Amino acid sequence: MADTATAGPGGRPGNTETLSIVVDGRQVEARPGEMVIAAAERAGTYIPRFCYHPRMKPVGMCRMCLVEIRGPRGYSLQPACFVAVADGQEVRTTSDKVKKAQDGVLEFLLINHPLDCPVCDKGGECPLQDQTLAYGPGESRFVEEKRHFAKPIPISGLVDLDRERCIQCARCTRFADEHAGEPLINFIGRGDQLEVNTYPDHPFASYFSGNTVQICPVGALTAAPYRFRARPWDLEQVESTCTSCAVGCRVVVQSSSNRLTRYLGVDSDPVNQTWLCDKGRFDFEAVNSDDRVTHPLVRRGDELVEVSWDDALAAAAQGLAGVKHRGGPSAVGVIGGARLPNEDAYAWAKLAKGVLGTDSVDAQLGDGLPAEVVLGLPRATIDQACSADALVLLAPDLREELPVLFLRLREAAVERGVPVIELTAVPTAMTRYASASLTYGPGEVAALARALVAPETESAPAGDGEQPLDVARAILHRRDGQGPGADGDGVVVVLGRPSVAEADDMVDEAAAVLFGAWPEARFLPALRRSNVHGALDMGLAPGILPGRVGLDEARAWYTAAWGAVPEERGLDTAGMLSAAAEKRIEALVLLGADPLTDFPDRQLAQRGMAGATFVVAVDAFLNESSGQADVVLPAAMYAERSGTTTNVEGRISRLGQKVVGPGVTRPDWMIAAELAARLGGDLGMDTVDAVWDEIERVAPSHAGITRRLIGDPHAADGIVAPMPRVPVRLAVGTGRPGGAAPVHAGATDTGAGATQPAPGPIDPMATPGIGAIESQGIPNIAGAPPTANGEVPGIPSDVPADAGPAPRAGPPETQLPVAGPSQPGALEVGPPDVPSSADRPALVRFTPAKPRSVPAPDSYALRLVARHRLYDHGTLVQACPSLAPLAPSPGLRANPYDLDRLGVQTGGRVRVRGREALEMGVLADTDVPRGVAVIDLDLADDGAEDLIDSGRTVNDVRLETL
Amino acid sequence: MALTDASPIVTARLRHGDSHTLERYLATGGYDGLRRALRMEPEQVAEEVNAASLLGRGGAGFPAGRKWSMLRPSPVRYLVVNGDESEPATFKDHLLIERDPHGIIEGTLIAAYANQVTQAFIFVRGEFALGLERMQAALNEAYQHGAVGRDIFGSGFSVDVVVHPGAGAYIAGEETGLLESLEGKRAFPRIKPPYFPAAIGLYGEPTIANNTETMANLPWIVQHGGHAFAALGEGSSTGTRVFALSGHVRRPGNYELEMAKTTFRDLIFAPVLGGGIRHGRELKAFIPGGVSAPWFGPDQIDLPLDQDAVGKAGSMLGSGSVVVMDDQTCVVRAAWRIVRFFYRESCGQCTPCREGAGWIEKVVRRIEEGSGREQDLDLLLDVCDNIAPGLSWPPQQTTICVLGPSIPSSIVWAIRMFRDEFLVHIKEGACPYG
Repeated sequence: MADTATAGPGGRPGNTETLSIVVDGRQVEARPGEMVIAAAERAGTYIPRFCYHPRMKPVGMCRMCLVEIRGPRGYSLQPACFVAVADGQEVRTTSDKVKKAQDGVLEFLLINHPLDCPVCDKGGECPLQDQTLAYGPGESRFVEEKRHFAKPIPISGLVDLDRERCIQCARCTRFADEHAGEPLINFIGRGDQLEVNTYPDHPFASYFSGNTVQICPVGALTAAPYRFRARPWDLEQVESTCTSCAVGCRVVVQSSSNRLTRYLGVDSDPVNQTWLCDKGRFDFEAVNSDDRVTHPLVRRGDELVEVSWDDALAAAAQGLAGVKHRGGPSAVGVIGGARLPNEDAYAWAKLAKGVLGTDSVDAQLGDGLPAEVVLGLPRATIDQACSADALVLLAPDLREELPVLFLRLREAAVERGVPVIELTAVPTAMTRYASASLTYGPGEVAALARALVAPETESAPAGDGEQPLDVARAILHRRDGQGPGADGDGVVVVLGRPSVAEADDMVDEAAAVLFGAWPEARFLPALRRSNVHGALDMGLAPGILPGRVGLDEARAWYTAAWGAVPEERGLDTAGMLSAAAEKRIEALVLLGADPLTDFPDRQLAQRGMAGATFVVAVDAFLNESSGQADVVLPAAMYAERSGTTTNVEGRISRLGQKVVGPGVTRPDWMIAAELAARLGGDLGMDTVDAVWDEIERVAPSHAGITRRLIGDPHAADGIVAPMPRVPVRLAVGTGRPGGAAPVHAGATDTGAGATQPAPGPIDPMATPGIGAIESQGIPNIAGAPPTANGEVPGIPSDVPADAGPAPRAGPPETQLPVAGPSQPGALEVGPPDVPSSADRPALVRFTPAKPRSVPAPDSYALRLVARHRLYDHGTLVQACPSLAPLAPSPGLRANPYDLDRLGVQTGGRVRVRGREALEMGVLADTDVPRGVAVIDLDLADDGAEDLIDSGRTVNDVRLETL
Repeated sequence: MALTDASPIVTARLRHGDSHTLERYLATGGYDGLRRALRMEPEQVAEEVNAASLLGRGGAGFPAGRKWSMLRPSPVRYLVVNGDESEPATFKDHLLIERDPHGIIEGTLIAAYANQVTQAFIFVRGEFALGLERMQAALNEAYQHGAVGRDIFGSGFSVDVVVHPGAGAYIAGEETGLLESLEGKRAFPRIKPPYFPAAIGLYGEPTIANNTETMANLPWIVQHGGHAFAALGEGSSTGTRVFALSGHVRRPGNYELEMAKTTFRDLIFAPVLGGGIRHGRELKAFIPGGVSAPWFGPDQIDLPLDQDAVGKAGSMLGSGSVVVMDDQTCVVRAAWRIVRFFYRESCGQCTPCREGAGWIEKVVRRIEEGSGREQDLDLLLDVCDNIAPGLSWPPQQTTICVLGPSIPSSIVWAIRMFRDEFLVHIKEGACPYG
């Protein structure tokens, strides 16, 4: 495997060679292969540009970056974005000839530009506006009629296009084609009638369309949810991490008048590299929703009535205490918590396991993988996945569930030739980029995994080399030294739940096969729920305590830390719902969970919810489940609270608070602390910072990840837990994006992605809207700003630095200077500086569950594959007016052969009988293998969740004509 | 100087009405050049072409043999024949494509053999309906005749040829725009470097791109030897060339003449050639090498039809099309018509051409229509300077391809030569020629 320690930004193979070029008479260091524009910028010479974007291939179209470069025939004007550096190359960026050419280009760009800046969303953060100010003429010499187009025209439900403002830089078309792989917008026409547009009947229906709005250097592409909502100079911003899914994209959260207005992607090299998905970009509308629960509610008969926090907490405590008194701690179950920040998840784990004493706690809702699988397998970073010798996907459709991870892996496959081996029941968005896509019938994934890892035999079937399995095995057994090792060194497995209609132990068993054959392989868990990985780390799973340790192994440690831990292992969500249905569990606490719509077995969820005698819901919305609760405690949402979150890699990054929640909503950790106090416990927490300090002190996997470290500007991309065993330096002198290759003191042996460059000055042309606003806000994690030499003054990790009131009264934006190229020094991330303690429990190791047998398929039934879609009819998406209409209505897709065989007409409706019966539309799809039916989860009425029995290894459905 | 009696090379067959048929082609020595080439080593064929010093006939005038020698070694090589002749006043390829398609095909096959290419494309302008029909018919005949395809004439050499129609954009005639178009993309010219498709061409493979007339010369060169070709003409301008003469002459048309031995005066005034200015008028100006070339006045009429001599005099022989303007020509209108063409044909890829062409066109049209301002002339020159810095010849450019510096040529030279006429338009608020 390519060692990440020598990998440059984005994991590109590092190249330590340098050459030198001469920029304006000054000798400047450059890297082979890079463009003059990038080398000059790093050396402090900024060459103006529009079409150049550091994350895309150059096209040299706008001609703004023309400079004089010396060639065999003397100096000539060349686009700095398109000429690669060469040793000794001489470049002039400020000569009269260059100035005239650049001024001329700017004038050309402006002659047909409408100059409607006062009513343009981009005004105030517009690269064209800014560069005109910096380089352009004061007055126009153009007295002719400008070009006109009808405007604006919607090119999708989310994006409007104003062709008059367009400067034809091809950023949007390149993004759609090169990054998203969906060339739905392109150039049409020619000359000065050249326009960007969609094709007839093909709207820009991409999950990534919002990125084109962000990188548009003018106001040609605007986002419908932001249009005319704010002016850039009225926006306040804070850097944060997106929690719409578990990729953990770095974002800037912007607000105006205490309402969220916009998220913009930050170029975080190891994670999202500027890009966001549209759900993540636009779901701030849910936070602004008028449907939020703003006050505590308590059930009086059939109604939920508003009460004070005191009354609501008292009611919740009384109910829970009563159940515990009657049925013991195990009569209480806690479902949910994946949307909680790490601190809040820890507080709830401590409340549930340390105070209430129940281990029946599960952040996952039956659609994930057991915590031991996720936490116990050696973890890969995204960068490692993107530079793997073989990338094995055993995961759901990543574009639907972890969209930006899909972008990263797609790029790795397309641009870097990383061989992808996909194990899937039905084709996914990655299938067309896979070197080998191996199809299995539901329930047969472990058998396929066995075939994949079977040792190479001399008698390999000859002449049959085109079978996907042969192709896959050829990748794994390459003999030219470029392939993975026989022990799996260089293999990264993206492991998730391909279908919730198959039991999780199917994947568990396949993972055991792969891990057994490839002890040196690394795994990237593909669980989608926002902070599910942080929740598992913090112990919101049965049998797990905070810091990736097992209940039994860590019993002594946590008894010392907390005073008490549960007697015995508890139940997962399915187990809790069954137990509630059978009255073994009486009280359920729902932590932002809605099992009635979000658990993939609706019948079980209904029986469980009906069986529970006392339900407390901590939620931001009244949904199916929280609407049935006895007590509803209103929680603060994203951007209303600070803390940290953890992504698929185990990367811990900061959440920023930007607005104050509506009504009297509170962060979840505070609700836990208040509830604990009323249950006779004391969580010992009075600030969110204090919670983190306790986590760092107590949770074994998080030792050494201090607030000071997380707050350091060099660690803006986050810190991967656990800490590396060998020191790694976070480099300075690098900027985002495409900064200098990190300098490392040593290799990391844990895959800790601590190789990211420190945040540098942001190029406003690369990310308009972020750089144009001065404050690159640092979340309000208390900590002193770094001194001029880059050192961060120490904060004793066990003393809360800020014991003041909780941050409720607006964001105290601590303005830390952003580390720039001039900042000397570096941050060294080393092994945790904690006294070695024999008591400190070892981290969880993966132990596979016992395999279960799968029933043989029934020829009259189809085997169900059920998957999440990015847009569904669940509460969050439906609370966003812009996203709600994008949710497809569920239908059944099956192979036309099966539909013919069963006498079902495509395009018609059919009754599908599984656990329940549903009527839905049917589509024939030759991509779906025979014997399989694909139905999406809907998170509302009439989705796959009505058909699934979560107790079965596989689920079959029968089709009945109406 | 005077007319020479050198016999025509590429138009020899055209006196026959059925010159486009295989029957006539074979009857007039057709495919003998190919047969002879196939008996030679590929390197020998290339050497003959080198010895002929055959300059490319497309406009840039780069020696074909040198272009071939730059071809990067690779198992896959392509040959692309550029028949996308689309510039106003240029119509020599049009004639050859319609009237002697087999000559182009034979030349293509010789070039393919010399460079060991296995796939060739003949890209024909989409508007040449008859030309496309005849080219395809000729190719079909050639396949049947065994001259194209597998094991040509039993030589063991195989090459396939495809006739590809253009889709109606002038810019697809730009070498790299043509490659993009062939690949199925928009004809956006590629950024240079790499300067030659010989390094990175069609589908990223080494590619030779040659003009149709260049190809049409090859059978004769192989038959008669490179030195015989080089013996015609003078200096670097060897062989004969088809000059497309248009404008205000009595006898416009295509004339194949020995290079360098003949002058513009001969071409325009000789009774067997242009026959003089029509209606007995005087010569006002002429464009020596296509509408992207700087203009010449009557004082330059004795220049020879020689690439270097014309280049030294500040213009180019270009595509060999000569446009003659008489003394009743409104130069403002003439310049506007030319810039309007480039404006309409700009692909829009890069800013100076996309925006500048339209701006210049609008200003010149405004002057012609009588709404010009005195400052417009300096404005025009400065806007032109932002496309072709220095306004010198040969031009520099801020654009990706040479369509950029083609825009200013007519405007700049018209203003330089006839500033007074522009000023009359402006002062009188109307075109003096009505």
